[in-house]
Parts: sequence; C-alpha cells; structure tokens
Amino acid sequence: MNPTVGALQATFGNAIGRASDMRDGWISVTVRADRLKDVMTWLRDHPEHHYDYLVDVTAVEYRDRERPLEVVYLLRSLARKADLRVKVELDPRGELAVDSVTPLWAGANWLEREVYDMFGVVFAGHPDLRRILMWETYAEGYPLRKDFPLRGRFSRAEQVRQALNVNPEANYSMEELSIAEAYDELPADMRERLRRGDRGKVRESE
Amino acid sequence: MSKRTVELELATPGVDAQGQPTRVPLVADEPDLGGEHLLINLGPQHPATHGVLRLVVELDGETVVRVIPHVGYLHSGFEKLGEYRHYNQIIPLTDRTDYLSPMANNVGFALAAERLMGIEITPRCTVLRVIACEMSRIISHMVWLGTTAIDLGAFTPFLWAFQQRERIYNLQEMWTGARLTTSLTRVGGLMADIPDGFVEGLREFTRTFPDTLDEIDRVLTRNAIWAGRTQGIGVLTAEEATNYSLSGPMLRASGVPWDMRKDQPYLGYETYDFEVPVGEHGDVYDRFLVRLEECYQSNKILIQALDRLPDGPINVADPRVILPPKSRAMSDMEAMIFHFKQVMEGVKAPVGEAYVGIENPKGELGNYLVSDGTAKPVRWRIRPPAFINLASISKMSEGHLLSDLIAINASVDIVMGEVDR
Repeated sequence: MNPTVGALQATFGNAIGRASDMRDGWISVTVRADRLKDVMTWLRDHPEHHYDYLVDVTAVEYRDRERPLEVVYLLRSLARKADLRVKVELDPRGELAVDSVTPLWAGANWLEREVYDMFGVVFAGHPDLRRILMWETYAEGYPLRKDFPLRGRFSRAEQVRQALNVNPEANYSMEELSIAEAYDELPADMRERLRRGDRGKVRESE
Repeated sequence: MSKRTVELELATPGVDAQGQPTRVPLVADEPDLGGEHLLINLGPQHPATHGVLRLVVELDGETVVRVIPHVGYLHSGFEKLGEYRHYNQIIPLTDRTDYLSPMANNVGFALAAERLMGIEITPRCTVLRVIACEMSRIISHMVWLGTTAIDLGAFTPFLWAFQQRERIYNLQEMWTGARLTTSLTRVGGLMADIPDGFVEGLREFTRTFPDTLDEIDRVLTRNAIWAGRTQGIGVLTAEEATNYSLSGPMLRASGVPWDMRKDQPYLGYETYDFEVPVGEHGDVYDRFLVRLEECYQSNKILIQALDRLPDGPINVADPRVILPPKSRAMSDMEAMIFHFKQVMEGVKAPVGEAYVGIENPKGELGNYLVSDGTAKPVRWRIRPPAFINLASISKMSEGHLLSDLIAINASVDIVMGEVDR
C-alpha cells in the first residue's frame, strides 16, 4: 500500500475515508469534501509526498442512483514516479459543490470548468467557472449526468429553434467587451440586451 | 479623439502662381489609441488556429495583453456516447478524437479496456501496437512541422513533411483499409494482422525517412528567420509546465524529462533502445527541436520493432473476448454461441476502474474506464493532452506580439477533435 495513505490517515484522521487498490495499480483514497483543499495542499507541499503534477480531474456518476457522484483527482509525483487517486463523494440529489484546486495547480482550471460544464459540480474559489465545451447559453442541463438523455433534453425542433434565435452578440462575453472598453460604444439596444443578461442565463424551457 | 493637422503633399490638379504644385492642408481626425486596448477575434474559421479554435485577443498596440480561448465548436460528446456502446464499439470513436494519430488512440483505449478486464495481449500484438504508436507519432509530428512552418512563413518543409506523412498513410491504409478512421485495435488484440509487403514497405520508409528529417533540420534549425520567430517565444519554466499539467513535447521542452514510455512503461517500451529529448528553454524553438528529435527516435523504435516482430497469433485465445472466425461460427455450435453473445451482449468487464496513460504524440493520453460489471462502461473519460496543453496559451502569450501568438498557438500542437471531443 502506498505510504501516503497511512500518512494521510495519521494527519487528517476521519476526513480520510476508505483506501483501495485499483485494477490498474493505483491507490484510491476517499476524502471528505470539506477537507479536500487541506488534503490537496498537504499532498502537494509535503516534502516526502510532493504530488506536484495533476494528471486529471473528472467526475463519475454511477447508473445506480444510490451511489454517490465522485469527483476524481489523479495526482502524480514526477520525482517519485508515484500516482494517487483522490476521490470526493457527493450526493447527486443534493448540491454538488467542492473546493477548487486551481489555486494549487493551474492545470485544474479548464479541467474543473469541464466537470462543471458536464456534471454541474460547482468548484468554490475557481477564478472563472464558465461552461467550456458547451456554449454559455446552453440551457438543457449537464450532459454527462445519468438523467440526461443521449439526444438532449429538448426536442429537435426546440433545439433548432434555439439555434436559429441565437443572439449574435452572444459571441462575446460581457467580460470580453468590457476589457476593450467597447461596452460604452455599443448601440443602445445591444447594450440593453446584454445588460438584461441574454447570455449565460438558463432559459426556462417552453 | 484628438484633432491634429496633418500636412500632406497631395497630387492636386493645377499649380500655384509660382508654378509649384498646390499644397492642400488636410485636417483629419486621428484616433488617439494611446490608452485604448483593441479587442480582436481570431477564429473559429482561421487557418492559423489549426481547426475551430477561437481566440479573443486583447491588444495594446501590437502587444497581447490577454487571450481568452473559446473551445467546444467541435464538441461531439464522445464520452457520453461511450456510455451507450460496448467496449469494442467505442474504438471507432477514438479514431475521431485525435484524428492526426488515430492508431495511437486505438491502442490507448484498448490498453485501458484490457487493464480493466485483466487481459494479457500476445507478443506479436504488443510489437504491432508499438509500430502503430510510433507510426502515429511520426505522422502527427509531420503535420505539426508542416503546419507550423507554414504559419511562420516557410512553405517548403510543409511539402517535405506531408510527402513523408503520405507514405505512412499508404502503409496505414494497407494495414487497416483506412487512412484516417483506422479502428485498428480490438479489446484483446487487433482488427487485422499486417498484410504481405507491409514489413518491406515500412523498412523502406525507415531507411529513407531520416533523410527528410535531415533536410528539414538543415533548412530550419539554423535558419535565422525561424530562430528569430521562435526563440524566447512562449517560454514556460519547468515549474510552470508542471503546474499547468502539460504533457508530451510541451512538458519536455521545458526541461521536465517525463515520458510515459520511459517512466511508466507499457507495451514493453522499456526493452527498446531510444532516448527522450528534453529542452532547456521551454520556448517554441525547443518544442520544435524536441519534436524533430522524437521523429528520429520513433524511426529508431520502428526499426527495432520490425527486427524483433515475432510470429504467432495477434489475438488472445479467449473466445469470450475475441470473435471466433466466421467459418467456425457457421459450423461449430459453441463458436456460434460465443459469436452471438459477443455481438449481442458485448464483452463484459468486471466491476472496477482503470486508468491507463500512454505517450501520444500530443502528450499523455489517458483513458479512464469505470465499469459496473456490464458490457458498457459507466464512464469513459479521455484525458485529452491537447486540451490541457492548450489551457496554458493565455499564460504563454501574455506580453508577446500578435504574430508571436500564432507561433505559440502552433507550438502547442492542438487538434480540435481531441480538445473538444
């Protein structure tokens, strides 16, 4: 068993859940969601363990509704050539929220955005939590959730209608327009539409 | 807006009393751009963004202040689709992720599925998969070299590189019947063994391919324009590259000697004699050098793989995993049952999960499979190297010129099929 697991249990006590050997030779450790940030900081900065490389952040929702949704972090220590899988279990029927690890690893930025986009997990403290693969006005929910049908929630007719009614200004985000100080020079009606929040808002389906 | 009087010599009809051409003072509004930043939009339809990548760039004069990338224009939901497919049915989806190295993607997925199911592949299959991976590395790096050279104004290396890529594509077509959608692997083996003449064709390729690399080396490496456009551009230190989770040539160019083939060997890579090139400056130039040297090393691995290619079966002898030959399925009751069960129910994987990362041309391609005991994965996650490498583009291009942004973007070696999946 990876020595990190014992050290983790000694340091964080009951915040560390079960640890198991996986088929691929990795060790998987479950961590309580509220202590994730501390555990990850410790794992990155402790000189003996020093997991300096974040391989991946993803989430798994099981077909079995009773099982929790897992946010999975794959960590690696490049110097020690050791791997560790850290999991946080969340109740898929409750609020999906966990601390962001982007302040620790810059590489987590887009990975967490993708998990948010696909599963709706909110990463507290993320600098820029927006959808990344789906467009910002996407209103059908979170595609990789198990209750999301393969063809989407809306009918094909509704999807086409929405695609045709896309606000062309929605190609730029408010942030992008404001950094160029272009916002004040926009036509009044466009400014109004942007202020009303035409983009980024989840539209109620009709 | 400030008003300035600009005196211009205008070609006007007529002359004044002295016989000189008349000068007309021109009063023009000239925008004062001193404090204003310009917002420009690059892509998604732009040849230098290598696919449907869109960059919104904030410029101060010609200097990049900020880059906001937009991805997702090619999002196809492969991971969601995979949850509705049998393991072998997912393999065609992997072709379409990193479509510049389809065979390596096939291998990556098959390795993850086999790790999940605990299958040991045959020696011949192992060597053939190494050949597939290294062929993919060469074609992917050739596309990278060619397109990057074009982005920076050198047209000739593009033609040389694409000629060599074409030769690999011909071999790939010979083997799999397809140039792009190869679907080479199956769980537990391969779709087909190599055909007659393949080994000779690949030997001929490995004999002459280094000449092209030498030519490209000669025309670019010590080229003043090339060096001037790439040296010191888009620098990432080793700490930054690690912190940004970069992988592959991007990570190694920054001086981190991490290569999955050496550090977490798969397919018996530890038994091949090759070296991992590592850069020291972490700029675009070093990434070029690293990729160029990797092509030489891949060629070396191909030669060794051809030399040791053993005879024997390409598939494991497990009728639950590998389809029996059609002739047997038509004549033998047991074979027919296995055939039926595999086609109708698929190959069942035990409960559990497996992550396998392989060294793809772009970086570490990870396949993370979670199974609940059925024939379809609960979750199929691709760790996309190009997506993660691309995330560092904002950091790399800050403070550089707009034209350097093109070089930096090219140096990431993105392929949008994989970034957006």
